[in-house]
Amino acid sequence: MAKFYTKEHEWVEMAGAQATVGISEHAAHELGDITYVELPKIGKSVKQFEALAAIESVKAASDIYAPVSGKVAAVNQALDEAPELVNQGAEFQGWICKLEGVTEAELGALMDAAAYDEYLKGL
Amino acid sequence: MELIFEKSVSGRTGVRVPLSDVPKAAPLADAVRRRDPVRLPEVGELDLVRHYTNLSRRNFSVDTNFYPLGSCTMKYNTKVTENAGGLFASCHPMLALLPGGDKLVQGPLAIVYELERQLAEITGMEEVTTQPLAGAHGEMTGIMVIAAYHKARGDQKRKYVIVPDSSHGTNPASAAMAGYEIVTIPTAPYGDMDLDLFRQAMSDEVAAVMLTCPNTLGLFNPHIAEICAIAHEGGALTYYDGANLNAILGKVRPGDVGFDVIHVNLHKTFGTPHGGGGPGSGPIGVRGDLVRFLPTPRVVRRGDGSYGVEDHPEGIGRVSDFFGNFGIMARAYAYITLLGREGLIEVSEQAVLNANYMMARLKEEYELPFDQTCMHECVFSASRQLEHGVHAIDVAKYLIDRGFHPPTVYFPLNVKEAIMIEPTETESKQTMDAFIEVMLEAARMAKENPERLHQAPVTTPVGRLDETRAARMQQVCCE
Repeated sequence: MAKFYTKEHEWVEMAGAQATVGISEHAAHELGDITYVELPKIGKSVKQFEALAAIESVKAASDIYAPVSGKVAAVNQALDEAPELVNQGAEFQGWICKLEGVTEAELGALMDAAAYDEYLKGL
Repeated sequence: MELIFEKSVSGRTGVRVPLSDVPKAAPLADAVRRRDPVRLPEVGELDLVRHYTNLSRRNFSVDTNFYPLGSCTMKYNTKVTENAGGLFASCHPMLALLPGGDKLVQGPLAIVYELERQLAEITGMEEVTTQPLAGAHGEMTGIMVIAAYHKARGDQKRKYVIVPDSSHGTNPASAAMAGYEIVTIPTAPYGDMDLDLFRQAMSDEVAAVMLTCPNTLGLFNPHIAEICAIAHEGGALTYYDGANLNAILGKVRPGDVGFDVIHVNLHKTFGTPHGGGGPGSGPIGVRGDLVRFLPTPRVVRRGDGSYGVEDHPEGIGRVSDFFGNFGIMARAYAYITLLGREGLIEVSEQAVLNANYMMARLKEEYELPFDQTCMHECVFSASRQLEHGVHAIDVAKYLIDRGFHPPTVYFPLNVKEAIMIEPTETESKQTMDAFIEVMLEAARMAKENPERLHQAPVTTPVGRLDETRAARMQQVCCE
């Protein structure tokens, strides 16, 4: 399934009742060199748009918000040792976590890739 | 520059200690003895004195150079107020708490009491406590007072604290430490917290709204009275972060606007040391019906004019030892007393005038995202320089080469490539002009020779540091 994006620059990609979450290439670029990712605890439940994780770069520390509601099923443990993975591929190997128990209905509040591109142009 | 260890020569000493005539004690058990001899530098006294004297000459401070670090109010601290702190060095901090001890420390108690009165008068609050040791400590104390207030009313469902996205990071951090969940409100195009989104976020589950005014963009929020009214209507309390109080002394009192709890930073507004560990001091002030929740003990003035110490049962307890950082309070008391009402008003007027002068002269070359009269600081964006591949950090590093401390960069977060300049009231026009010339020079250089900016600083003992590597590889232990 295709990726969907939030105004806060997270992305989500659903596969059945599971979703992979990360920050967008744009966000990673804007943050600059990522120095630390505070991964969520496995089993943590979040509602859509609630704070899920946190990310720090040389410039700033920001919250990462849940693009959809769900329960944290897995985290990208590799980021503990190598936060630069987010800079190398924010929408690929730099994923943050996987959520389970997600529903497609919530994607309605998000943007698809084309709409997100359009949104970025307006910033 | 060599490390003191690199200057070490085996067997060299600064002093020759006489042989001990005290009988040797039995040796310590092997288990508690160190295995290797302790490694200390072995140098002569003169080597040592030169080493540290030369190190100290590399210090950069307000006493040596201009330090326009936005949001920090790095004003010059006069030596006469500095001396006030030292007057009480021999006074033991436990005295006031011993039976009858208050009689021996009437002067220091009077300073605590009178400083609290001065700050209450300046901010328009009923009572002040000087216990918090820093701004963020004040925030947390204030939020604990707010929590105690809701709890005393049996109003337990309030679990959110609202902050604008331009707030200091300590605001949400303090509220989260006190157990609240944070709701962040975006900044509207006019530069302040979006009023409509704030209205939508208000509910009977909101415990408090935390605001900095002037805000982190250096702009005075014209809606603060309205925001206070909306919050109060919903049963929430309002918290005023006094980080930017230097802009409004004697002009607006947060208490008059409707704020319930405030903190002030003595190390920003009231001329006490800032940076290098301060130490800081973050007194908080509260409105009348919150006084009973203030930290204890409190310094009181008795009917006969003497001062004493009292507990009160509903207070949230101690938040620091004794009454806070007393030496700092003595300096602030001297500062406020010396300047008086007219002097403090002049402080704010001059601070705002200086910031607007900076803004007016630099906006030709630097993007000003919120182009309006500013208060005590102004926020530029290096977005025009970015077109030539030059970032805010490059401009900042170049300023070091030219003898200026860089302004705050990359804060506030809602301005891209932010450069935040706060000259404070203590700088002369000549100093500001010299700084402005270098800023304009950097802007020219961004167009003509961006590589020079990328290389900065080149005049310092250490060049551009690898901040990414420093943050990613946090190995702080030796060997």
